[in-house]
Amino acid sequence: MLETKAIATRDSYGNALVEIAKEHDNLIVLDADLAAATKTAIFKKAFPKRHIDCGIAEANMAGIAAGLSTCGYVPFMSSFAMFAAGRAYEQVRNTIGYPHLNVKIGATHAGISVGEDGATHQCNEDLALMRTIPGMVVINPCDDVEARAAVKAAYEYVGPVYLRFGRLAVPVINDEETYQFEIGKGITLREGKDVTIIATGLCVSESLKAAELLAQQGIDAMVINIHTIKPIDAELVVAGARATGRVFTVEEHSIIGGLGSAVMEVLSEYLPTKVTRIGVNDTYGESGPAKELLKKYKLDAEGIAERIKADL
Amino acid sequence: MNKLELQKKAVAVRKGAMTGVYCAKSGHPGGSLSAADIFTYLYFEEMNVDPSNPKDENRDRFVLSKGHTAPGYYAALALKGFFSIEELKNLRHVGAFLQGHPDMKHTPGVDMSSGSLGQGLSTAVGMALAAKLSNKDYRTYCLCGDGEIQEGQIWEAAMFAGHRKLDNLLVIVDNNNLQIDGTLEEVCSPYPIDEKFKAFGFHVININGNDFDEIDKAFAEAKATKGMPTAIIAHTVKGKGVSFMENNVNWHGKAPNEEEYKIAMEELEKEAAALC
Repeated sequence: MLETKAIATRDSYGNALVEIAKEHDNLIVLDADLAAATKTAIFKKAFPKRHIDCGIAEANMAGIAAGLSTCGYVPFMSSFAMFAAGRAYEQVRNTIGYPHLNVKIGATHAGISVGEDGATHQCNEDLALMRTIPGMVVINPCDDVEARAAVKAAYEYVGPVYLRFGRLAVPVINDEETYQFEIGKGITLREGKDVTIIATGLCVSESLKAAELLAQQGIDAMVINIHTIKPIDAELVVAGARATGRVFTVEEHSIIGGLGSAVMEVLSEYLPTKVTRIGVNDTYGESGPAKELLKKYKLDAEGIAERIKADL
Repeated sequence: MNKLELQKKAVAVRKGAMTGVYCAKSGHPGGSLSAADIFTYLYFEEMNVDPSNPKDENRDRFVLSKGHTAPGYYAALALKGFFSIEELKNLRHVGAFLQGHPDMKHTPGVDMSSGSLGQGLSTAVGMALAAKLSNKDYRTYCLCGDGEIQEGQIWEAAMFAGHRKLDNLLVIVDNNNLQIDGTLEEVCSPYPIDEKFKAFGFHVININGNDFDEIDKAFAEAKATKGMPTAIIAHTVKGKGVSFMENNVNWHGKAPNEEEYKIAMEELEKEAAALC
């Protein structure tokens, strides 16, 4: 695989907001004193009057976003996943989700790849939390191309959307010229006969690399990118499971409640298949450089390949 | 509407709230009655709303942050013509659009779903901010409970409203001094409420919230206040208008039985007759 460049999806978020806002006056961005980190500062520079800093008050930000949305604005409320999905969970559930308001939640710094800030800021539970809210769309893009397309799709979709972005620069694996994003439609990136890897977020590029490592050992892995955790592409999950009869899910999230759980729910119901969940094993993260943490938690290509080979 | 007409309408709002709670066999009469005069003033004197066009983008907005007092709110909306008075009898019934707490998706005239305490003021702030950003002159009103302001999010919202000088926002605190577990002082005192809002950059007015002369004067003062949001601390009587419910915390969230309902309605009808 040719790696031309690496971009953090939080940068994609900031850049996409600027692009969309050029054409749509009703797009408005809210932040909670993290504009430099969530990259909405890029938007603030381009559209200062449409960037609302709410201060360090995420619960209030969620409510303000809800109120703005009832008046015709399309607010993107931005913070770290820990605070957007965690701190403000009940506000998102009751004040945005219940009335099905047209609010987009841009959650950056998800997962252990937050790195040095450590466990308090590494949210491995957001997909689980957001997935249980009725009517909430949950998207976890894998690279810059997909992330920018996801922001655009979220803007165009009418209703609440949770967008998960990362802090760590990740390889750009999609070709902007040919890439097509559709909410709820997974993408088969690699065909294979022996095992099906279903991955999301930054684990997609790592899983593609893992598939190459497995190939060297005679294991032919299919790789599916599930960027939309909800609604999940049940058809593709079932087809992927049928193709090899053995499924591994890979996510930078707790093995409880995220992609792994969503895939198992689908397969238990439609095509019982053995599934192994690779993710954060019901534990907290810790401080350290992001890449070293991914290695330690076996979420890099080598760790994923090792786990698959051992469990197959 | 003149004062006498408002007083009569407020009695009708109280009767509607009692009927709703009685038919639901549950709900919150105490705070519905304490705020009945505020509901009445908002919908029959103050707010620019049109029941035939409830989603008019230039309408004034109202958020009932203390969403559990929906029975009083629903009665005002029904009397205003957003839906039939008969509908109040379906409150809290399966399939009814009058949910236990306000549901904007299904109830005509409701500008925001609410009920989880502490969250409504933030949404009202969002609406007021939207008006400022889009140069519209509608106003946003938000009614909070005095117990509700124990929620920290209220003060996050107040800080933002003061910081942004949202003079198109009026917060009314229904200060009936009772919450489920007792008086405010017994539970966890938020006093002095007025000084707190002042500290957050609000113009503050203390009134008797069950007196239309004082309500009228305060709302006019709020509208004339520029450069900062206004908070009206409405000193009210919980259960106002039904003798055995007045100042009795046991009527915070309990429905009257048949006999109690009869007595309540008789008292309210007597009050209405006295106003004729």
